Amino acid sequence: MDHAIVTSRTSHSEPGPGDAGKTGSWRVRRPIIDLAICIPAKTNSMACFNCWLYCPDGVITRTLPPTIDYTYCKGCEICAEECPVGAIRMVEETELLIKDQ
Amino acid sequence: MHIIESGNVAAAYGVKLARAQVIAAYPITPQTPLTEKLSEFVEAGELQAEYIPVESEHSALAVCIAASSAGARSFTATSANGLLYMSEQVHWAAGARLPIVMCVVNRGVGAPWTIWNDHQDSISQRDAGWIQVYACDHQQIVDTVIQAFYLAEAVSIPVMVCYDGYLLSHTYMPFEVPEAVQVDRFLPPFKPAYALDPKQPANLNTVTLPDVRPDIRGDLAPGYMEIRHYLHADLRQAIGKVAEIDARFKDAFGRGGFPYVEPYRSDDADFIAVALGSLAYQLRDVVDMLREEGVKAGVCGIRLYRPFPDEAVVDALAHVKGIAVFEKALSYGNEGALCGDIKAALYHGDSRPVVRNYIVGLGGRDIRTVDLLASLRSFCTAPDHETDTTQWIGLKL
Repeated sequence: MDHAIVTSRTSHSEPGPGDAGKTGSWRVRRPIIDLAICIPAKTNSMACFNCWLYCPDGVITRTLPPTIDYTYCKGCEICAEECPVGAIRMVEETELLIKDQ
Repeated sequence: MHIIESGNVAAAYGVKLARAQVIAAYPITPQTPLTEKLSEFVEAGELQAEYIPVESEHSALAVCIAASSAGARSFTATSANGLLYMSEQVHWAAGARLPIVMCVVNRGVGAPWTIWNDHQDSISQRDAGWIQVYACDHQQIVDTVIQAFYLAEAVSIPVMVCYDGYLLSHTYMPFEVPEAVQVDRFLPPFKPAYALDPKQPANLNTVTLPDVRPDIRGDLAPGYMEIRHYLHADLRQAIGKVAEIDARFKDAFGRGGFPYVEPYRSDDADFIAVALGSLAYQLRDVVDMLREEGVKAGVCGIRLYRPFPDEAVVDALAHVKGIAVFEKALSYGNEGALCGDIKAALYHGDSRPVVRNYIVGLGGRDIRTVDLLASLRSFCTAPDHETDTTQWIGLKL
């Protein structure tokens, strides 16, 4: 059997964004960074980044300020748990939906 | 070259001639002499393979799964509780579509402990998605092992070569060891359909969701149900491949011709005895005796058990008055698994022969030819006489 036949007949994933689709739709609660509290944002220095380090899906950037890619963020809350200054709060997606409407 | 050796050594020669590259196995009676022989071949430099001793059967097959994923021709062997201990990996190897070959040296399953022969071990794994072939003598063992690698690699499905513990594994009989150059012509080096490559990293057999999912390019990747459907469809396709490979083997080595079922004196038979493995050959003696008594009896040995060759089974059996299925295994609480499969295959036919199920030789209980003769004679003289329940031969209650 050739390569394509086997890879199409087994569960086969390559590294890169988007394997398993836009997993942001799995999210129930959304992490939102308060830039007034966030250490790197507040001090304008490349410090802390615990959220970037702990994010299991690699959707948080190591930038000033840090950003979250909501297309793929599953809302696991690890970033909020690990933030040493409590700068990340989790907001119900339903609340945001109501607000949008 | 003809030699006189044990069935386990016949299997070891098959693996050596197939130039397996990775062998991982844990010794278990009655498979042990097979793996010992292979480790001797590797130690002596007669077989250029990595022999990996492991601490369990689960690890043995896990090693073969890893080696096969990396593109190596891989082999393992086991028996009975060892096969059950690796059962999780047995299913995994099929779903991962890895062309591993495994010898199952058939032995009964505990509890209670038994080290002797029956077929409960491999029959209990019949639904794992592997191809299962049963050998009836030493020549078939060595020939089937060589063909099994070709078949597994052609369809990307692992193959179990099953043969009876002790009755074949530890008995000696003459057989021909094929010439290496001829085997090399028949079985070219393994070109994996897919192999792990550090330059193109990938996750294999990752978790699937209930539905299909888009991959990183946004193309739809198969979900669990699609992957399992392909395995089933490809197993059904493999039935034709088995005959093709058998024909190629016969051209090269002059042996074969019965890829699905092996008939004996069955052309004009009114009654046919069916069995897996060496029991099919023992039944030939029984049929010879019945023929002398004027009973038109024959034998049908089932060689390919999974995928089940329904059409060949119907062709071989549908025309007779009665079918006696002799089995060394049970689907407990129902009947012998082979008997159920045969009945299902015959369901769509116009004729519906009487099918009787005989359970024999569990845990190595001696299968006396005279007892087989008495049972088959009584069936042939009054096929409708007894009820449809399983009949146990040699039971001492």
